[in-house]
Amino acid sequence: MPRRSFVCRCEDVTLSEVDHAIALGLHEVEELKRYTGLGTGPCQGKECISALVKLLIDKGLADPETVQPFTARPPTEPVTLGALAAGLAPDAGDGS
Amino acid sequence: MIGNTKAQAMGRRDAPLPDRVDVAIIGGGIMGLATAYHLSKNSTLRIAVIERSYLVSGASGRNGGGLRMQWGDEGNVTLMMQSIEMCRGLAQELGINLWFRQGGYLFVARSEAGERRLMRNASLHRDVGAPTRLMTGAEAREIVPQLDTDQVRLAAFNPHDGVVFPWPFVWGYAGQAVARGVVVRTHTPVQRIEVLGDGLRLHLGTGEQLDADRVLNATGAWSIELNRALGIELPNHPHRHEIMSSEPLKPFLDPLVVDLATGLYFSQSTRGEIVAGITMPDTGPAATEVDLGSSRRFLAHLGHALTQVMLITSQLRVLRQWAGPYDVSPDGDAIVGPSPGVPRLYQVCGFTGHGFMMAPAVGKIVADLLSTGKHHPMLDRWDPSRFARGTSRRREDMIIG
Ligand SMILES: Cc1cc2nc3c(=O)[nH]c(=O)nc-3n(C[C@H](O)[C@H](O)[C@H](O)COP(=O)(O)OP(=O)(O)OC[C@H]3O[C@@H](n4cnc5c(N)ncnc54)[C@H](O)[C@@H]3O)c2cc1C
Ligand code: FES
Repeated sequence: MPRRSFVCRCEDVTLSEVDHAIALGLHEVEELKRYTGLGTGPCQGKECISALVKLLIDKGLADPETVQPFTARPPTEPVTLGALAAGLAPDAGDGS
Repeated sequence: MIGNTKAQAMGRRDAPLPDRVDVAIIGGGIMGLATAYHLSKNSTLRIAVIERSYLVSGASGRNGGGLRMQWGDEGNVTLMMQSIEMCRGLAQELGINLWFRQGGYLFVARSEAGERRLMRNASLHRDVGAPTRLMTGAEAREIVPQLDTDQVRLAAFNPHDGVVFPWPFVWGYAGQAVARGVVVRTHTPVQRIEVLGDGLRLHLGTGEQLDADRVLNATGAWSIELNRALGIELPNHPHRHEIMSSEPLKPFLDPLVVDLATGLYFSQSTRGEIVAGITMPDTGPAATEVDLGSSRRFLAHLGHALTQVMLITSQLRVLRQWAGPYDVSPDGDAIVGPSPGVPRLYQVCGFTGHGFMMAPAVGKIVADLLSTGKHHPMLDRWDPSRFARGTSRRREDMIIG
């Protein structure tokens, strides 16, 4: 049996699961993320998002010139609640 | 992997639209899709759902996933008892894992006023058969040993309350609706609604038109724009509510905890993350447009409140923060039913911060109304005309956020 190939290791999302989601008509990074959970793990997509974008480009579903990775969610680096409470969170960017 | 592996199809941007349907639903959030699902199950009506973006892009993909029957008003308690009952069988019915976990809701009161609210609620809950238990701070610590209960005067716990993961919930309804013949068209905004002699015409951003006997405005916090263009003035308005989630931890926190003193709420999702939000002080004048920005002020305020009552969370790392729109109704009740002046347009709006938990019940109530005319008692108080008539009344004081 071929080894299962993972696109997102944090959330255990396999290539065949992503292919299935694409076959359902979900073609955008944001909707694929919310359908499969890809990119929502501890690394927040740092390891898997580019693989997904490449897959979409290879299938002709995304334009390499214009494709956007999904909205980055602050904070940029994980910060502890204790530091945030003390107001010591240089990376907790102000998105608004 | 969180999505539905059994579904054969989902909403698509290229789903072909007929020229005319019986019911067109604007908005592919939980309200629109739950209603579409029940309509397709109970009737032979031709139905289309039109979503501007992707299916979980609105409040339904941005909420905390909390479900509770601990409300302060009999109608809401009864409705949520029905909704939670429906949730039990829903994973199987929709063929999807909803990550539904009934760990209860634990409310803690640190003031005399809060204590009175919990006592009043508990007696109401007893009358309608909801299993809410009052307890001391010490007893609350038996449920959440890490919780600071020093100033707690009274706590209330209901073991049937719980949490779900919102995303698969929405996909589940969508997949089943499509399987039953509902057309779900995504990435297509409704720009304008035109009133015809025998129905309504939707003008779509793609240049297409769709005619329908009846139309549902299920666009939540965005509903005002479509309404105003038709001269329908309703008092609901968007309000930005922020929320965060942490790195995943081993399961240690059973209930969702609400601290009435600060409006802080936190729970542990089935995926292990701590999900938390809080009532923000001084949010300024009521907004007229949806704002989805995240603020550092929120994290500081939340971090302060959470680490004070759960000291162990001071080492917890925040992974993500985001915001979503509450669709605030001024009297706290939803806005559901025929619109004043345009009776073929039904509103399904105004669910403030609790539309997700009510959607399983509401989807069925609205579907019954449209397919058989059956009139659920809550529809009287949800009537969109109550504001103009001057019969709007605030009954609920347990709205959090
Ligand atoms: C941070 C946060 C936490 C929350 N926590 C909870 C909770 O714990 N429990 C709970 O029960 N509720 C909670 N809520 C509330 C809950 O999320 C909402 O009440 C519920 O999701 C509303 O669903 P909806 O389908 O009415 O709206 P939405 O999900 O917002 O759906 C409306 C849809 O309409 C689409 N749309 C808008 N305009 C148009 C147009 N012109 N044409 C086509 N489509 C259009 C939008 O893109 C959107 O997808 C929370 C909300 C937020 C923001
Ligand atoms: S590999 Fe996908 S979130 Fe980390």
